[in-house]
Amino acid sequence: MIIDLHRFIAAERPGWTELERMLERLEADPYRQIPLEEVQRFHLLYQKVSADLGRVATFASEPELKRYLESLTARAYGEIHETRERGSRFRPVHWFAVEFPRVFRKQFGAFLVSLIITIVGMLFGGFAVALDEDAKEAILPGQFSHLLNDPAKRVAEEEKAKHNRIEGKHSYFASALMANNIRVSIFTLGLGVTFGVGTIIELFYNAVLLGMVIVDYALAGQTIFMLGWLMPHGVIEIPAILIAGQGGLVLGKALIGRGDRAPLAARLRAIGPDLMTLIFGVTVMLVWAGVIESFLSQYHEPAIRYWQKIAFGTVELAALIWFLGFKRSATEPEDAKA
Amino acid sequence: MNSELKIQTPEGITFSFQLAGPILRCLAWIVDLLVIVVISQGLGTLGQIAGVISRDLAMAVATIGYFVVSIGYGVATEWAWRGQTIGKRLLRLRVMDVQGLRLQFHQVLLRNLLRFVDMLPGLYLVGGLACLVSRRAQRLGDFAANTVVVHSAKYTEPDLDQLLAGKFNSLRQFPHLEARLRQRVPPAEARLALQALVRRDELDPAARVELFAELAEHFKSVVTFPPEAVEAMPDEQYIRNVVDLLFRTRTIQVKPAPRELASVGG
Repeated sequence: MIIDLHRFIAAERPGWTELERMLERLEADPYRQIPLEEVQRFHLLYQKVSADLGRVATFASEPELKRYLESLTARAYGEIHETRERGSRFRPVHWFAVEFPRVFRKQFGAFLVSLIITIVGMLFGGFAVALDEDAKEAILPGQFSHLLNDPAKRVAEEEKAKHNRIEGKHSYFASALMANNIRVSIFTLGLGVTFGVGTIIELFYNAVLLGMVIVDYALAGQTIFMLGWLMPHGVIEIPAILIAGQGGLVLGKALIGRGDRAPLAARLRAIGPDLMTLIFGVTVMLVWAGVIESFLSQYHEPAIRYWQKIAFGTVELAALIWFLGFKRSATEPEDAKA
Repeated sequence: MNSELKIQTPEGITFSFQLAGPILRCLAWIVDLLVIVVISQGLGTLGQIAGVISRDLAMAVATIGYFVVSIGYGVATEWAWRGQTIGKRLLRLRVMDVQGLRLQFHQVLLRNLLRFVDMLPGLYLVGGLACLVSRRAQRLGDFAANTVVVHSAKYTEPDLDQLLAGKFNSLRQFPHLEARLRQRVPPAEARLALQALVRRDELDPAARVELFAELAEHFKSVVTFPPEAVEAMPDEQYIRNVVDLLFRTRTIQVKPAPRELASVGG
């Protein structure tokens, strides 16, 4: 009960100001180590401001004061009741080398589902083009119209060409590939919000296109060309899309919540950092894939031997499997190693 | 869709935030879109200069630049300005955690990345519809990231000095009763009396007399002032004096400083 508002404000204001200064320091540097005495003082001030707000809440004529105290209480509440790990400063190399593979392994089940969907999609696309000549034209979108032609004819043209068709545009081509692939990956992950259904459709559709192209070139007797063309960038690009799908499926699973008794908000809260790690890892992979596709994959024999390109792709794939599947860090938590 | 997000602390204190609707958010997005276009134009100009050295490199920088700006703008500004972009600042909007906790970087990132889905099939149709049907006015990105967008409406107090100017208030001679009145009148009733005064000219004469008579009777029952203070005072004048006591305090000099008030809504 406040009888004398003037005296109340005069008495309490130093505490409000002190709490506000503390909040400003905390917000300016979230990684600051706070001494125990300061934490205790912060908690005391928060409780005092909460009590002041309770007293002012019923007071008729001080809406501004009430709003001010509400704001102060809300900011302090966010700091006091935040139980999630504050985290350490962002270290890009450590994050990519340790955190990314760790999260990949933690959510490996979703990757496996992503891989199975892709294999099924590729088989579907492969059978479609093997059994029906018109399937290619019906399924391939306009942006891939160059793949509608006879593969053998394309190979002959590429090998005969005196200059690479993207000569002088390699950087631009690489940047366009990166932007497009990263956009597709984000989209694939984001579609997880449809309880994973959108992610599954997106993965399946991409896999159908891939399966069609592979079988089309194989049936035309151009398997070596196709491997030399796709492998240098594909062994990174395709797993990157699968990892994006992995993220989308993790999101979908959290939304469905089957077998998890935690409330929806808690489930989403738990997977947020993992999704962030996965999509950042995918971005790095796609930057690499874009550079390789533009500067290596588009060169064919006689400029570069196919076996060299296939060997390069094989080494990349082996390195990726080791990096994501087997690389352990001394700082990795025990539960992740299990 | 609720218009308010109420958060109750374990200490039993409740505070609320006004949720931003799709229209307001759309306006903020248009502002942000313009900012992105301007930044991209700037990058394009830089690219043209770089084109003197290598046209290929210039086009690559422009492509990557636009892509990074279009995705990174929302992430960078919302993280740096604690939930605000330029558009949101202008329209007094803020992204916050749905439970009032500190906004985390992964939340900012996720809600911005899921724009790709919210924008489907065009003009934020999916996001707009989700916002309309959602209990907390969340688009899909907000839903997945556990965030909401709140609106800190600018509080505009009527010009009381003009409304109550030049009138002697006989009730002020009794400070103990003034304090009791301020203590006993709940905020909703105080606002009602103020609104009656502000809109008195819109009322029919008979309705005006009746309304102020009812209000005066009520406030007289809350606190009884001595007869000499209210003698021959019309009901409307009585309410005017009551509003004067409730809203025009003598404590202006000790209210939070303007800088402190500017942070309201954080």
